[in-house]
Amino acid sequence: MNRTVDIVGVGWSGFGSITPDLSYKEMIFQAATRAYADAGIDPRNDAQGFVTAAEDYHEGTSIFDEYTPDQLGAVLRPMHTITGDGLHALAAAYMNIASGLMNVVVVEAHSKASNILTLDHITAFAEDPTFERPLAINPVALAGLEMQRGLDAGRYTVEQCAQVVVKNKNNALANPAAAYAAAIGKKPVLEAQPLATPLTRLMAASHADGAIVFVLADSDTAKRFKGKPVRVRGIGWANDTPALDSREWLDAKYARKAAEMAYRVAQIRHPRGEIDFAEVDDTFAYKELQHLEALQLTEPGQAGALTEQGATERAGALPVNPSGGGLGVGSLLDANGLARALEVVLQLRGEAGARQLHKANTGLAFAWRGLPTTSGAAVVLSN
Amino acid sequence: MEHLVYPSKGLSEQAFEKREVLFETWHVKAEYAWDTGVAIGKYLAELKEGRIVGRRCFKCKRVMVPPRMFCEHCFRPTDEWAYVQDIGTVKTFSLCYVRWDMVRLTEPEIPAVIDLDGASRGMGIMHKLGAVDSRAVKIGMRVQAVWKPPAERTGSITDIAYFKPL
Repeated sequence: MNRTVDIVGVGWSGFGSITPDLSYKEMIFQAATRAYADAGIDPRNDAQGFVTAAEDYHEGTSIFDEYTPDQLGAVLRPMHTITGDGLHALAAAYMNIASGLMNVVVVEAHSKASNILTLDHITAFAEDPTFERPLAINPVALAGLEMQRGLDAGRYTVEQCAQVVVKNKNNALANPAAAYAAAIGKKPVLEAQPLATPLTRLMAASHADGAIVFVLADSDTAKRFKGKPVRVRGIGWANDTPALDSREWLDAKYARKAAEMAYRVAQIRHPRGEIDFAEVDDTFAYKELQHLEALQLTEPGQAGALTEQGATERAGALPVNPSGGGLGVGSLLDANGLARALEVVLQLRGEAGARQLHKANTGLAFAWRGLPTTSGAAVVLSN
Repeated sequence: MEHLVYPSKGLSEQAFEKREVLFETWHVKAEYAWDTGVAIGKYLAELKEGRIVGRRCFKCKRVMVPPRMFCEHCFRPTDEWAYVQDIGTVKTFSLCYVRWDMVRLTEPEIPAVIDLDGASRGMGIMHKLGAVDSRAVKIGMRVQAVWKPPAERTGSITDIAYFKPL
């Protein structure tokens, strides 16, 4: 029992602000075909299980899990869907393998955000119907409320948040899959239209379409495949209270708890010394800073200063979001966590091309489920 | 251990009438425009032209309707378009006396699954039967599509008005 688990194949389709040429099924088939070729497996014979992450209201179809098998090669195979982030699905696959129930499990998540005509309404629909929705405030205001608290508490400055945008959008220039790369400076970020103060339009990730598929296997089985295995050393997840009226609005406790679990499983005692780089949720620029502190990758209140000093750039001491993050790649709804983990895998395999990091032996991917949630998941990967 | 955590009592109709019992209500605004992509895009475009198109998989030899760009059994890309007949055989049917919005009907609607000629065995279309005495409908019955006039077609499965006995 408690077998070690490897990621043996990855594939993706996209990412783009719109993808009218492909249906979601065709997009997923493309990502799956690449992942299976990467692992060197035939899903019809080699994969015992399939897990997807999808949210019915993002898909526009209730009981969406019924629609997932065909495009993954999962017809008449064990298959289930998790209404969470892709990293929650990765955790389910990890457990299937670690427990000995299955040897090879496929994980999938995708976004067709461009197909949701009323995405803000869907996000608002996630709010509490009694205490929050009747106010009819755009949910982006929740990010404004939280960012304001962080500024007031001296955790970061507006300029430091703008620097996160500058870093990530510039990082994305070296990522052919990124939808929102830009050679941009701080000024346009600071002067962009306000969404909900102090948050400007450019401090929020724009949505993108895309699909991501991973193949996981126990380490013995992984040896039989051609792919370069990446070890899943630890995985964890946690939720805070959903209540907006009694949240702390300062620390991302969900991130702290999720990472603590992942570090415990990975037997990491000093994250700062043992994690070489991180891909963390930056749906809103301040979130990257807030998450870095909660993940114990910086001292409290230091993430902003380190960002300004360049420490989180690709050439820095702690590269953060070398892929471009959500700000540069695009926000992929339920696939955000897999997008973060995908970059960690590519970096660990030395296949990140122009954005390849110098030192990449252990990386962390962290996903937040977006507004209005306090749902987080973390995974530690090593080569 | 306490069995009842909350003080509770039976509710009377009066309590509802007097609005002593409150409810939360919400109307969700959920609107979508799905990319049809290659296979379904072609399927709908062909329906508009009064034709039913499928895809052939060279490996398992199936002609699949509705078309798909990958074969879900072989897990490989499908290979070519293949037109099928708008004539087929009723695989199963039901006389449905409740409309989709729960209104009771005296004349039933007749949803049917129809295996289409030219498609592989067991593949076809889920549609409705019309211009038929509901008592005469049988599994195995041969039926043909009744198309809407070209000007009324929109690229939808409802471009076929219904299937009628051949």
